[in-house]
Amino acid sequence: MSVKAIRPDYHGDMKDSVDKFHGQQLLAIGWDQHLMYATPLCVPVPPQMPFGALVGQVLPALFGQHPQFAQIDWARVRWLRAGQPFEPDADASLADNGLAHKSVLRFRTPELAGLYGVGF
Amino acid sequence: MNDTPQARKLSLKENYALLTRGLDWAPSYQPKDEIFRTVAFEGIKIHDWDKWEDPFRLTMDAYWKYQGEKEKKLYAIIDAFQQNSGQFNVSDARYLQALKIFLTGVSPLEYASHRGFCILGREFPGVGPRIAAQMQAIDELRHAQTQIHAISQYNKYFTGLSEFPLMFDRTWYLSIPKSFFEDAITAGPFEFITAISFAFEYVLTNLVFMPWASGAAYNGDMSTVSFGFSAQSDEARHMTLGIEVIKFLLEQDPANVPIVQGWIDKWFWRGYRLLTLLATMMDYMLPKRVMSWSEAWEIYFEQNGGALFADLARYGIRMPKHWEVTVQEKGHVGHQLWCTFYQFRHAAGFPVWLPSDEEMDWLSAKYPDTFDRYYRPRYEHWREMEAQGKPFVNATLPQLCQVCQWPLLFTEPDDPTQIAYREETYLGEKFQCCSDGCRDIFRNEPEKYVHAHLPVHQIYQGNYFNPGVDPTAPDFNPLVEALKYMGIAPGVDGGDFATHIDAVNWERWTQRPANMAAPTATADALARSQAAERRSA
Repeated sequence: MSVKAIRPDYHGDMKDSVDKFHGQQLLAIGWDQHLMYATPLCVPVPPQMPFGALVGQVLPALFGQHPQFAQIDWARVRWLRAGQPFEPDADASLADNGLAHKSVLRFRTPELAGLYGVGF
Repeated sequence: MNDTPQARKLSLKENYALLTRGLDWAPSYQPKDEIFRTVAFEGIKIHDWDKWEDPFRLTMDAYWKYQGEKEKKLYAIIDAFQQNSGQFNVSDARYLQALKIFLTGVSPLEYASHRGFCILGREFPGVGPRIAAQMQAIDELRHAQTQIHAISQYNKYFTGLSEFPLMFDRTWYLSIPKSFFEDAITAGPFEFITAISFAFEYVLTNLVFMPWASGAAYNGDMSTVSFGFSAQSDEARHMTLGIEVIKFLLEQDPANVPIVQGWIDKWFWRGYRLLTLLATMMDYMLPKRVMSWSEAWEIYFEQNGGALFADLARYGIRMPKHWEVTVQEKGHVGHQLWCTFYQFRHAAGFPVWLPSDEEMDWLSAKYPDTFDRYYRPRYEHWREMEAQGKPFVNATLPQLCQVCQWPLLFTEPDDPTQIAYREETYLGEKFQCCSDGCRDIFRNEPEKYVHAHLPVHQIYQGNYFNPGVDPTAPDFNPLVEALKYMGIAPGVDGGDFATHIDAVNWERWTQRPANMAAPTATADALARSQAAERRSA
């Protein structure tokens, strides 16, 4: 289906296209079953940033307050891109790992399933 | 001397008939479809506008007389409230925080609704609905005014109310009500009236007025109760208009049925998502609670709404799509939003608190299947972090839903431990939604929603700071500047309730606890911060 409008060819502008973010792109990051962070977090990142740098430098600032964060064994983390499992290449850039502007990156830590048995 | 014979006084029915059936004329300079240019593009077919029956048959003189009398009473009560410093007679200073959400988030919707009905008053070719739309436009304007007047007394004493129009336009969580109404007002006239008069006013506003007007009464706010009651008689009329609109559209042409059903599906879901704000206000913000969100949803949607849609089945209308999800979610949404406000309290226009033991007991009694299991542990954990002097704060901006604009704070309907993600790709660009309901709305009209103004994305684009601020300055902090742009004074408007200026002033002025559920919380917090200052000095 498509919108009905007074003008038949109506199309809104892409309000958040990547060219408006000054060389950065947006990435939403969620730690599954850790609802101390009540929502996934949205950050601007350079598309050339290596995936390993995202893990080493960005994630601790975002999720470090959670007591389980320091216990994560990153070799065993399972990653999801657009809801599907994938194997990121730590040395490759975010873009080369298929993480485009406004993508969602999720990670799962099955051994650390959130606090109190309810994904907190 | 005037010897014109006095005209016979008309009956109300004759008066209304002359206003709505006799006052219009056939245009001769322009074809009718040039004058009413927005009435056809949505695909709605109207064969006979005179079949429109306004159940109230209001005329101008009756309207003026009746509303004038009501307003005299209302302003007498507001005057008395002000002379008696009624602002200090409410239950406690947390009630004021709910009032801030109401004035910044709901009252501007009354004004937006006024604008919408003015447009309908211009765009409908039929005189009956045009008059009804004009009457409602005046109602909505009055509601906006009386709410502002009723609440203005609070603005003399408490923070967070003075910049309400600016906050409505800019504050991140107020983009939810704002986008709701702007979505409706930028649709065609029939979608607008289905969205607002039927899906919102008829199906959902009982949920607003019931907890709000009775919540205000229960918490001692006579000023707000009065505007609630004053508006209530208009609301009854608006609801009747809503059901009348739906029946008129459905009876005019069978081709209208699927179009109207699509709008009901869309606007029920949009309205429901908007009301998450109310769920949290009912369960967490009213110091004296009226009923839980879950109870209200059962009565006003599952029972009353269920009966309504059973009645509409003869037109071929079914329950709104995804209504089952709202029942699955009713034990969760209010808690999930309060957890969100708590961790983003530094960026809110009102201070936030953790529920007391007694309040958690109330919540577990009202939510026996969900509260103790999923939510009590969170509050106890965060309370412990506060006690250790390391309160939990989420300093990163959230991912917002492209349609309802809430952060993605809702969990999967069948798994309250997992956030729901719904990703769409359209013209090569990715869009994130919070639920199947919002995703369906996006899929149906992607041309419209690509243009959504999402505050988080605007902040990152660098559009959210005041004129004169230099983003290249070494001490430029985009998040602090974004708060100022939104009308939120960092360190004043949001933060922790116990040490908030409203709480401190409340105790100084009234000699009563700012939080009746935690009577020593403000004094204890002040003592702790004074001790910390002495240590550092």
